[in-house]
Amino acid sequence: MHPDRRKFLQLSAAGIGAGALAGGLPTLASAADSPFKPEKGASLQLLRWTAFVPSDQTIWDENTKKFSAATGVPVSIQSLSWNDMGPKGALAAQVGSGPDIIMGWNDDPFVYPDKLVDMTDLVDNMGRAHGGWYDNARSYCYDQDVKRWVSLPVGCTGNALNYRKSWVKEAGYAEFPKDLDGMLKLARVLKKNGHPPGFALGHAVGDANSWTHWILWAYGGKQANPDNSIAINSAETVNALEYARQLSETFIDGVAGWDDSSNNKAFAGGKIGMTMNGISIWYNGKKDTPEIFPDFANVTPPMGPVKTPTVSNNFTSAFIFKYSKYPNAAKEYLRFMLDKPQAERWVTEMKGYVTPALKAYADLPIWTSDPNITPYRDALAHAKYDGYNGKPGKAAAQALDEFVIVDMFADVCVNKMTAKDAAKKAEGKLQTIYKRA
Amino acid sequence: MTSRAPLLARLDSPRVLGYLLITPAAIILLGLLAYPLLLGIWLSLTTATIGKTGEFVGLQNYATIFADPIFRGAALFSVFYTVCAEFGKLLLGLTLALLLNQRFRGYRISRALMLLPWVAPTVLSALAWLWLLDPQFSALSWLLIRLHLIHSNIDFLGSGWGARFSLIVVNIWRGLPYFAIGYLAGLQGISKDLYEAAAIDGADGWQAFRRITWPLLLPITTILVAFSSIFTLTDFQLIWTITHGGPTDATQVFTTLAYQRAISGGQLGEGAAIAVSPIVFMVILAYFVVRSVREK
Repeated sequence: MHPDRRKFLQLSAAGIGAGALAGGLPTLASAADSPFKPEKGASLQLLRWTAFVPSDQTIWDENTKKFSAATGVPVSIQSLSWNDMGPKGALAAQVGSGPDIIMGWNDDPFVYPDKLVDMTDLVDNMGRAHGGWYDNARSYCYDQDVKRWVSLPVGCTGNALNYRKSWVKEAGYAEFPKDLDGMLKLARVLKKNGHPPGFALGHAVGDANSWTHWILWAYGGKQANPDNSIAINSAETVNALEYARQLSETFIDGVAGWDDSSNNKAFAGGKIGMTMNGISIWYNGKKDTPEIFPDFANVTPPMGPVKTPTVSNNFTSAFIFKYSKYPNAAKEYLRFMLDKPQAERWVTEMKGYVTPALKAYADLPIWTSDPNITPYRDALAHAKYDGYNGKPGKAAAQALDEFVIVDMFADVCVNKMTAKDAAKKAEGKLQTIYKRA
Repeated sequence: MTSRAPLLARLDSPRVLGYLLITPAAIILLGLLAYPLLLGIWLSLTTATIGKTGEFVGLQNYATIFADPIFRGAALFSVFYTVCAEFGKLLLGLTLALLLNQRFRGYRISRALMLLPWVAPTVLSALAWLWLLDPQFSALSWLLIRLHLIHSNIDFLGSGWGARFSLIVVNIWRGLPYFAIGYLAGLQGISKDLYEAAAIDGADGWQAFRRITWPLLLPITTILVAFSSIFTLTDFQLIWTITHGGPTDATQVFTTLAYQRAISGGQLGEGAAIAVSPIVFMVILAYFVVRSVREK
């Protein structure tokens, strides 16, 4: 959980003088070539999530200044805690007033697609220029109901398995197991050695959804079929739940009450030997717990019977509201920010915190500069989407908001329900949600 | 004597002047209270979603939510949460007020300190409790282990009932000063002569409490319980901050479920129906409270 911090940065026209920043000339040329010409007298407001790593905010602000210098368009940036972005976007859509651009999460744009500017031209432009998009980009930004791109994919805060190297070695493993069966055996030894794993089973938006979806997909479980008929009550789901039950027997006590900060605290505090998180758990360890940081390691989540990695991430994208007076300026701002001169530095300085949805950025040297960063490069390549294998949209968004998958796992792992009953219960919930959506 | 202007003459009429004077208050009440309430009721009768006005569907949203086990669970827990928390606040608030009604060294500072839970911002106190209830780093567990009362950390929020009772305790802690200060004011309004007369008649402390204190505190009890029940039944911040309605929807209440459905999920109509439905419970609650107090 992140405290509800607000940071307001007014980058007024006075900041235009900062145009002499490095890279200014190519930037100006790049802006001039753009098909998106800002409206005369345009000014923009961006609402984005508060940065998880300081360099994100620093570089984003610097790039914004460069944009203002190149185009004369001032941009004010407001930041909010990441899990407050959804309600804020909903409010803006409902009242028809607010920031021009919101950088939101996952299915946010599918809740009010009619209120959003068509981003198809920008998405096509960026995709052509930067090696195309990962499939996940389309899942979270192309609305199949209104049949257009309603949001510009930015990337994901990827997830990987985080563990303590010395404890895994102590358990008799030279390297982290590559499959779920191996991981379960390791988890049992870790538990026996007093270093249990810890995966959230409370209503933790990021952490509980990430690992439960990973296990579900790893066993071939699906929330829905492509026609949005409910597919959760299946043998694959039951197998996934049975696996989770066994894995949960090795967990540290209290995971059903965990929020999004709990596993970070427990990992940094040496209470757990394994968890799943974004790279911030590793990145912050360097600063907060330098004495044990060298023992932290990250790896792509092991595979299940589907024999391919299945990762659930938090996907972020930027959307422009129709009430904005300056949609072209907004598009140009987003194009500029994700264009190579700006995005390369942003991604590099964040050391992998955001995995860009544009494939070209997978070649950046930062991803291979440390083996602990590399799993996050591949987070999108291995990703599936909320509501998989159904139609991305409102129903999937609501199912995620109501923690249907998380609660199905918690019913088995915490409430000791049978896997079949939990799958059936989730099926009932999903049928209600998909019917009303 | 010159005749006064007709307008001024009209203002002389108590009826006209009276209506005129209450008009600003009426406008504020209508705008800030009646309009949102009526809008909420109207939305609950439609298929409104975020950004769309929707169509009128009568009571369909209510039929949907009453058939939904999550809503029924949330309604039950809302009532349970309110009843338990009110009982706890009443009992402890009255005890605290009786203690603070005594003159002892430092009684003034004690009365001021008592208000702290109530004046602290709810989210801040919820975050502090989240830390106190943490399964791994709880200061409460640490203290109890140090006192050799338990051997390992208590998993306060890891089970449905654990989380429910933890939230009730936090709500009691937060609402206690409201009852205590209310009762303290009530106690100070009771004439000492009554106690003196009772003492002369041979009444002991318990008899004096039963026959004098409690009956005279009943009117203020009605007010305290009625208002506090409404605050508790519509509690959102404590629950959302500490459990987000989990684990497995065990701590969902009307407000958290309404927020989840209407704001996060975009289903304004259904969310409004959930938000409006406690009005029925509040009326029932108010009826029983008033009736029980009157009977006594």
